[in-house]
Amino acid sequence: MRRVNKDTKARVTLTLNGMKASGEAEARMLLTDFLRHEIGLTGTHVGCEHGVCGCCTVLIDGVAARSCLTLAHQADGRDVQTVESLAGPDGKLNPLQAALRDHHALQCGFCTPGILMSFTDFLKRVPDPSVDQVKEVLGGHICRCTGYQGLIDAVMDAAGRIREGRG
Amino acid sequence: MKPRVFDYIRPDNVAEAVEVLAEYGEDARILAGGQSLMAIMNLRMSEPKVLIDIGGHSDFKGIKVAGTMLEVGASVTQNELMNWPDLAKTSPLLALALPWVGHFQTRNRGTVCGSLSHADPSSEIPLSLATLGGEVVLRSKRGGRVLAAEDFQTGMLSTAREADEMMVAARFPVGPQLKRAAFREVARRHGDFAILALAAVAESNTSVRLGIGGLADRPVATRIDTSSKSAIADALGTLAWELEGSDDIHATARYRRDLLRRLGPIVIEEALSCAA
Repeated sequence: MRRVNKDTKARVTLTLNGMKASGEAEARMLLTDFLRHEIGLTGTHVGCEHGVCGCCTVLIDGVAARSCLTLAHQADGRDVQTVESLAGPDGKLNPLQAALRDHHALQCGFCTPGILMSFTDFLKRVPDPSVDQVKEVLGGHICRCTGYQGLIDAVMDAAGRIREGRG
Repeated sequence: MKPRVFDYIRPDNVAEAVEVLAEYGEDARILAGGQSLMAIMNLRMSEPKVLIDIGGHSDFKGIKVAGTMLEVGASVTQNELMNWPDLAKTSPLLALALPWVGHFQTRNRGTVCGSLSHADPSSEIPLSLATLGGEVVLRSKRGGRVLAAEDFQTGMLSTAREADEMMVAARFPVGPQLKRAAFREVARRHGDFAILALAAVAESNTSVRLGIGGLADRPVATRIDTSSKSAIADALGTLAWELEGSDDIHATARYRRDLLRRLGPIVIEEALSCAA
C-alpha cells in the first residue's frame, strides 16, 4: 500500500518520453504541475484545470488523458508522453505537427500541445478516420484563435501522410 | 484551481481498500479515473480528507456476462466498455449511449462505476442503468450488498452508498427483450452535460421503457403505453409536468420539458422500429 500524507512529499518515478524521470510531489499535486514545475517540461499547457479545454492532454500508458485531472502520484510507475516527445532529436516535425503547420491550424498555439497528443493516440487507433470521427475527438478541445476547420484539414492530411509513410 | 490538501492512499487489493475506507468513512473518497471527482475537487466543490486510489487495479478489471447481467468492474473505463467487441450485440443501449459520455480523452480514464457513483442527473451511464433496471454491487468491511439502480441514486450527486462502502461492479441487464434500443441527447457541444438525454428500450410493440436524464434530480425510467400516438403524447405530457425540471445556465425548465415532448416520440419510434 502506497501512502502520501498531506503535509509531506514523496517521490514519483515514471517513464517520461521514453526516459526514466523522477521528482518530489505532494499528494495533491496535479500531473500538469509536476511536469511543468518539478520536471521542467512546459510544453504541456494548463487551461481550465477541470478537464474541459483539453490543453493539458498527454498520453498515459499510450492513451490520451487530461493531466489536470490526474494526480502526479497516479502517474507513478506509468509511461507518460508529452508534446516534447513528438519532434525528432534534430527538431524535425513529425507528420502530424508538419500538417498542422501546413494548414495554418494554429495561431497562438496554446491549445496545440493537447490537440497533438489527442490525435497522436487517435490516429494510432484509427489510421483512416472520417471527418466526423475527427470532429468528435476535436470536440474534446477548445481553440480560441483559428477555429477548427484548419485543424480538421490538418488531421485528415496527417492521417494520409502517416499511412503512406510520408514525413 | 488546485484541489485542497488530502492524504493519498493506494491500496494493493480490495481487502485493503475497504479496510482503509472503514477507517476514514465520510472523510474519504474512492478515486478511480478521476474524470468527475478530480474536476469537482479542483473546483473545490468536493474536499475529501483522504483519497483512496483504485484506478487500474486488476482486482476491479473485467467485463463479463453472468446469467442475465453484463457485469462491469470498478476500474473498467468508459472507452474499454465502449470498445468491448461484444457490446453492440450484448447491450445495444449501452453501445448507443457510451459515445455520448464526455469526450474521447475523458472516456480513456473515466470509469463506468465512477460515473454511477458520481450520480450526475444528466449522465448517460446512470440513465442507461436506470432504463435497463440494472443494479450496483457495493462492498464494505461488513460485507457486500446489491442495490437496484432506482434505490441507489437518491438525488443530484447523491446515492444510498454508506460511508464505508465502495462500488465494486455495476450490472446491466441483457437479453432478447432488451435488444430494441434507442438513445438521443441534446447538448451544446457533443460530450458536454446533457440538456436532455433519452434512452428507450422496446419491450414489446405496445410497451417501451423510457429513461429520462437531465430533467429531474436523477434519471427516471418509466413504462410508456405505445398502442397509439395519442397515448404516447399524453404520457409524455404528463411526465414532463411531473418531472418539472429546473432552469440553469444551459436551458430553462420549460425548454427541457418541450424537448421531452418533441424528442420522446422520436426515440420511442426508433426503439420500436429496431429489428427484434
